[in-house]
Amino acid sequence: MKLSNGKGKMVAPLLINGEIHDVIVRSADTLLPILREQLGLTGAKQACQNGDCGACTVLINNQPSHACLSLAIETVNQSITTIEGLSNSPMQEAFVNNWAIQCGYCTPGFIVNSHALVTNHPNADDNIIEEWLQSNICRCTGYEEIKMAVKSVLKTSSE
Amino acid sequence: MEQTERTSVGQPEQRIDAVEKAAGKVKFTDDYQAPGMLHAKLVTSTEAHAYLQSVETAAAWKVPGVRAIITGETFPFHIGPILADRPPLAYEKVRYIGEPVAIIVADSDYQAKQAASKVVVTYKKLPIVHNVQQAFEASAPVIHNDLGEYTKIIGNVYPVAGTNIASRIKIRKGDFGTAWKNCTETISETYSFNLSDHVALETRSARVEINPAGKVIVHACTQSPFTIKKVFNQFFNLDVGSVIVHIPMVGGAFGGKGTVQLEPLAYLASKAVGGRLVKLTLSREEDMTTAPCRIGFDATIKLGVDHNGKLLAGQYTFLIDSGAYSDQAAGITRAAALDCTGPYHIPNVWCDSYCMYTNHPFATSFRGYGHPELTFAVERTMDKLAKNLNMCPIELREINTILPGHTSPTQAVITKNNIGDAQKCIALAKERIAWEEGERLVGENGKVRAKGLSLFWKTSTTATNAQAGAILTFEADGKVNLNCAAIELGQGTKTVLGQIVAEKLKMKLEDIHVTMEVNTQSDPHQWRTVASSTTFLAGRAVYAAAENAIGQLKKTASTVLQCAEEDLEVGGGRVYLKPDPTFGVEIKELALGYKFPNGHSIGGQIVGVGKHIQRHLTPMDKNTGFGKPGPWWSVGVQAVEVEIDERDFTYKILKAVTVLDGGTIINPMTATQQMRGGMYMGLSYAAIEKFVFDHNEEVENNDLRQYGTLRYGEQPEQYTVDFIETPAADGPYGARGIGEYGVIGAPAALANSLSNALQVELNELPLVPEYLWKMKKERRQ
Ligand code: FES
Ligand code: FES
Repeated sequence: MKLSNGKGKMVAPLLINGEIHDVIVRSADTLLPILREQLGLTGAKQACQNGDCGACTVLINNQPSHACLSLAIETVNQSITTIEGLSNSPMQEAFVNNWAIQCGYCTPGFIVNSHALVTNHPNADDNIIEEWLQSNICRCTGYEEIKMAVKSVLKTSSE
Repeated sequence: MEQTERTSVGQPEQRIDAVEKAAGKVKFTDDYQAPGMLHAKLVTSTEAHAYLQSVETAAAWKVPGVRAIITGETFPFHIGPILADRPPLAYEKVRYIGEPVAIIVADSDYQAKQAASKVVVTYKKLPIVHNVQQAFEASAPVIHNDLGEYTKIIGNVYPVAGTNIASRIKIRKGDFGTAWKNCTETISETYSFNLSDHVALETRSARVEINPAGKVIVHACTQSPFTIKKVFNQFFNLDVGSVIVHIPMVGGAFGGKGTVQLEPLAYLASKAVGGRLVKLTLSREEDMTTAPCRIGFDATIKLGVDHNGKLLAGQYTFLIDSGAYSDQAAGITRAAALDCTGPYHIPNVWCDSYCMYTNHPFATSFRGYGHPELTFAVERTMDKLAKNLNMCPIELREINTILPGHTSPTQAVITKNNIGDAQKCIALAKERIAWEEGERLVGENGKVRAKGLSLFWKTSTTATNAQAGAILTFEADGKVNLNCAAIELGQGTKTVLGQIVAEKLKMKLEDIHVTMEVNTQSDPHQWRTVASSTTFLAGRAVYAAAENAIGQLKKTASTVLQCAEEDLEVGGGRVYLKPDPTFGVEIKELALGYKFPNGHSIGGQIVGVGKHIQRHLTPMDKNTGFGKPGPWWSVGVQAVEVEIDERDFTYKILKAVTVLDGGTIINPMTATQQMRGGMYMGLSYAAIEKFVFDHNEEVENNDLRQYGTLRYGEQPEQYTVDFIETPAADGPYGARGIGEYGVIGAPAALANSLSNALQVELNELPLVPEYLWKMKKERRQ
């Protein structure tokens, strides 16, 4: 698939939360504005567009990825999961029950990343948790409640 | 306002916004799309101080999709919250790198960006003012030539024409000169720290459209919707009523969204395209350096004591780096002055607080409004003074604590109703940090563990007529809608206000439907959601609205039940007879008026209204500072324990402690969230945050990769939060404000603990390992 520099557009099918959606893609488009502007999936936030904050985290083939750094055209034929696709997941509940949410702007990114963490590492120790969650910034909570939320899910899933 | 058994106030009720936020379904300002909406992008200055010679837009116009390009000539007037000194788009001159010079409006975001990169700006460079010390010198280049002519928007601002002093605030209490001579021990210390940023995770965003009837519809992430209306009225000559501001939930603000910068630009953009809907969202880089940031701060503090260690005299000189424009830094200059002593009783006080222009990005309010900075300087000085006196630093604080009967620096009388109990806070904090175990211990691993502590206080320096209102409308099922203009920024205010209503009406929180969005056309006026004032002001308003609704319920019920209103009580969804609670009527029968079996109806909908306005606040006297600046002072103590490795000067924060007297705590869990988050923010600021400027005064670290914030795993290993609940006589159920307080003492406590650990005096921020190493090396030499 080749697109002309910046001007050309094509219709591309993306597999998002288990459904195929046709979207219009420029070669320079990252996945983030496509999700947000064309599909109304605004759970992924745009807070730096530079891979520095994790607010835009989605899963691509079950691996956490920055939607702001993933070229949309490269996600054709991949399976994309956004926060909207994780409804009623244990991690969402854990964030609510552990008071890990204040303004909620970092929350979708954190939940998606933490969900992937517990699926990839059901026995994650503190070092692994730290390595995974350093990619996300929360400016409100001080991380304590987020730590408790993630650990509560790890505990139940390893039991 | 006392009640015996409380069911909602004082309970850790779950936040009413948590489930929706966890689902990623909350729509923040930038999350809305509309077909036909245009996108705006700013062209920003690449010079710190220069005349604008030309702004060429021909090449930008050639980019497809461009609909308008706006430059400073469109609106060559000055705006500002305190002193009107800032053109929304640079006009004739630029004063910082990042200043908006032009706005591009285009069909899509990428077209606007492309066009912005094609605007050619030609500058004629002027000498740069690099820091506050230079700004203060008589020979310094003057940044605002017309300083003497700027309009004062509020009274307490004193610019000095022909200089870089945007405002000078004086405090004169007692006789400092004489008292200083009588001191047996004195100390003088200086402190300095750079500008930094809020880094609210949601960058600022605004949408504006002007409908054909002239109504200006603004959607914004702001803490001050009614101020937007005021600014549009003052500067664009629009009726206040024609400006309608909508605010969804806000993704963190920390004071940075309290001032009005983006909305006027979005308005000019919409106007340029015939009123079409235009969205202007800042990139992270713009959010850090085009939008306002946090002040820089230089302080000199002199303290003198008698032979018992009692403070006799204090002198405070603050140079506040406000950057290119005074914005809220002019207010911070005042706030830092009026609380300059910290929570100590000092009979003789002399303070000069200067708001200084430099060619840095301009600064605005930041959670704590100057108090974290001021507290750092005061509390570091207290620790050093204790050392010089060979006294325990806590004892020095204990014997000098401000108490009822004393006066504040502005000579406001402290009473037991308007201040928390500092001594109780000290006692508990001492226990929590295990002070008696030792301030400094060398572990078996060779690492040093040390503790540091800080007292702090703050009053809410609101406008003297700051106010809030609330409306309760009852539904057919007897449940209640709460509408008020308090903004949910993450602090949990909507939950707390719902709890106050639930408590007063003796209903369940889930039966109170709190409107999360704010709409200035349907919500009653509220000053702003800043200054830790919302639980107090809006809390009193919703309390009054509930009381008002209860009166209406009783009135209708008294006819239905054929009895006197005084004999009735409201609770559990019913209005009933006090002596015989089984005799009553359900609220849902009254909510939309009561209908008798024969069809006759009375009463109509229950609509409770309430409001509250500050009482007896005054501005400060120009020469002495005399005045009553705020309704109460919350006080508290914070403490930190660190473990440092002296081989590489890296350290871990083992423990962070807050003990705050915030009056009655309405929701212990949201309050704890605020304290933990506040400590994190204060510690992150103190440990690693600052803008790094190059020699042209360009911020080199204007993104989240280079601008460090403490990340997951770098937070304290343990946070402890305790509240002392000395009720505030005036507060709803005895509550005072707490939103900012978790931040205030944290930088000082960290610096005190590290100074203890390394046995050096750390007077600068941030406390990065390199700085610690340098200070230690100097000391060894
Ligand atoms: S927006 Fe993608 S990492 Fe920040
Ligand atoms: S909850 Fe606000 S940034 Fe995390």
